[in-house]
Amino acid sequence: MDSPDHIHISASQRPLELKLGELWEYRELVLLITRRRLTVSYTQTILGPLWLLINPLLSSVVYVILFGNIARLSTDGVPQLLFYLFGSALWTYFSSCVSRNASTFTDNAYIFGKIYFPRLVMPVSVLLSSLSLLLIQLLPALLLLVYYLFVGAVQPHWAYLPLVPPAILLLGLMGMGTGIVISSMTTRYRDLNVLVGFGLQLWMYGSPVVYPLSTLSGLIRELVLWNPVTAPVELLRYALFGSGSLLWGRLLYSLLFTLLLCLCGIAVFNRVERTFMDTV
Amino acid sequence: MEEREIAIRISGVKKRYRLGAIGGRTLQAELQSRWARFRGREDPNSRIGSDPSLIGQEFYALKGIDLSIYKGERVGIIGNNGAGKSTLLKLLCRITAPTEGEIDLYGRITSLLEIGTGFHRELSGRENIYMNGAILGMSRAEIDERLDDIIAFSEIGEFIDTPVKRYSSGMFVKLAFAVSAHLSSDILIMDEVLAVGDMAFQHKCLQKMRAAADEEGKTVLYVSHNMDTIRRLCSRCIVLDRGSVLYDGEVEGAIAVYMNQALSENAVDTDLRGKGIAKAETLRLERLLLENKCSNKYESGEAPVFQLRLRNTEPLSLLKLRLSFRTESDTAVGTAWSAPFSLDEAGTHTLRFTFPADILAKGVLYGSIGVYRSDELGRSICLDHVTRAFKIELSGLPIWDLSTHGYVAFPDMTVEEVL
Repeated sequence: MDSPDHIHISASQRPLELKLGELWEYRELVLLITRRRLTVSYTQTILGPLWLLINPLLSSVVYVILFGNIARLSTDGVPQLLFYLFGSALWTYFSSCVSRNASTFTDNAYIFGKIYFPRLVMPVSVLLSSLSLLLIQLLPALLLLVYYLFVGAVQPHWAYLPLVPPAILLLGLMGMGTGIVISSMTTRYRDLNVLVGFGLQLWMYGSPVVYPLSTLSGLIRELVLWNPVTAPVELLRYALFGSGSLLWGRLLYSLLFTLLLCLCGIAVFNRVERTFMDTV
Repeated sequence: MEEREIAIRISGVKKRYRLGAIGGRTLQAELQSRWARFRGREDPNSRIGSDPSLIGQEFYALKGIDLSIYKGERVGIIGNNGAGKSTLLKLLCRITAPTEGEIDLYGRITSLLEIGTGFHRELSGRENIYMNGAILGMSRAEIDERLDDIIAFSEIGEFIDTPVKRYSSGMFVKLAFAVSAHLSSDILIMDEVLAVGDMAFQHKCLQKMRAAADEEGKTVLYVSHNMDTIRRLCSRCIVLDRGSVLYDGEVEGAIAVYMNQALSENAVDTDLRGKGIAKAETLRLERLLLENKCSNKYESGEAPVFQLRLRNTEPLSLLKLRLSFRTESDTAVGTAWSAPFSLDEAGTHTLRFTFPADILAKGVLYGSIGVYRSDELGRSICLDHVTRAFKIELSGLPIWDLSTHGYVAFPDMTVEEVL
């Protein structure tokens, strides 16, 4: 058995090795890298961390004009700016979990080639930093929510509030799982990296983030319901704005999907990690 | 002798690479290559000049290594390029996994395969110390304890809170080494990192590593081409040759084996077969003869004349002969190329070549010999090359004394008065 004082390296490997214990030993590194991701990207910019707030605000304004006023999509009675602010922050969180993990191996090829640490540190720190960014980016949405509560424009379902953190975490894990599966495949075929951006865009339109599920009907609604992102997003809106819908069966499906995705993803990731340096 | 504690046990380790399989290609390129090979055409994605018959062939960088390294040993690893040194280190550092065999490491490992890996340019020196410590699985408290020692050793001083991107390369090296040497690991693995940094700091590093082994019982594994640092640091030395252990024992013995690997008993007539790196199938070096000599000692003014026998399987043109000399501490002295020549028929040929007598001065020199071919772009492609194929001793020019020294006698200078 491996302990900090004895490491056994063997040519053969158990088929489903998650190496989560080792990850736990390296928790300080996870936190350091998470913090590095958060601080480094905004050094030497004028507005610094303010960009974190400006970005979702700008895209929300674009959504309000594009989807709200030109396409006249419904927001289920939720004030438009709040609806899009929340949706875009949530989608940024999910898609960054996918896209930044999708390039784990290619982005870190240099450091992976020189020094060993559990490679899973990288995806987990991406998840944690995306989560921190989400919390920051949700601030304007929360302020707006408080204002609309005061005015009486939204009625949250307070009883479901405790489900908000798990639902957010579920989305993050789903994104991370997808990301590491893609990253494991991109060590062989770089094409996939190009597809990720396009795929994520398609995925966004297939998820009820810039429109509520209630606007859909028929086959399209059926398809969107099979999207594992749908149920948690609807749950979040149900709890916070009182608008979305509760889809217990679909939630369970999302949960199982994510669990399976993460298990397989980590197992494949650990397998690729052993020898990917030979092919990069 | 008392029972020694084992630090690293390597048993039956092999590492296989696939030739020509350069990964990370696009799906389109992969389909394109397969289609081309299916039709028997040349693969449009293969590297120019590479031998298509080698694609897909397997190659063992390590052919079964068995080693036991004990706690407190300072082990040097030497070998020619391609001997498998770096591959072995990569396996020990868990950067890639072995194809066969088992490795057991008893204790925490610090590796310094390249200076400053794991350093982030935007972070300060201090933050990078914490980052590097964490990469080694160390807690904040453990690093806090050693922080002052690290900063003192690195000689960085007040710059410790400056982002490392503003450091000079020397400062970078010093900090990186200081971190690795002070973090609480039991096994220290280093790959020629001391090549950078000033002499005083190199000396300090070697001393630190010796002390780490002697006083703290750390195990040091050090790979280098620099025989001087190997001599100064190591207590045991391993010579690798084409994926196998050629020698394992005391340092001077290892260096002698390494330097004389290709040499045969008979100093004037060397069988080169099987000693080269033979990149292509078309040409093989077979035998090198020091012409008209019964020993390998040359008097001053005596020009070395060589006969080289080689075998080629097809007519070859634009060939060039390459001769290079190295000193006993494996420092390169210089390289000579021949004018292009052709071998118009397949078969065995013997070439005679001469090296100018008035250039080489005094000392023992190891000569490497190779045949290269110029490709369409004028680049030199190696066909076969034997490192340290022969050894010559030069008794020295008459004027060679204390005021005149070195391996090479430069042409005389011209002096004139500026009016």
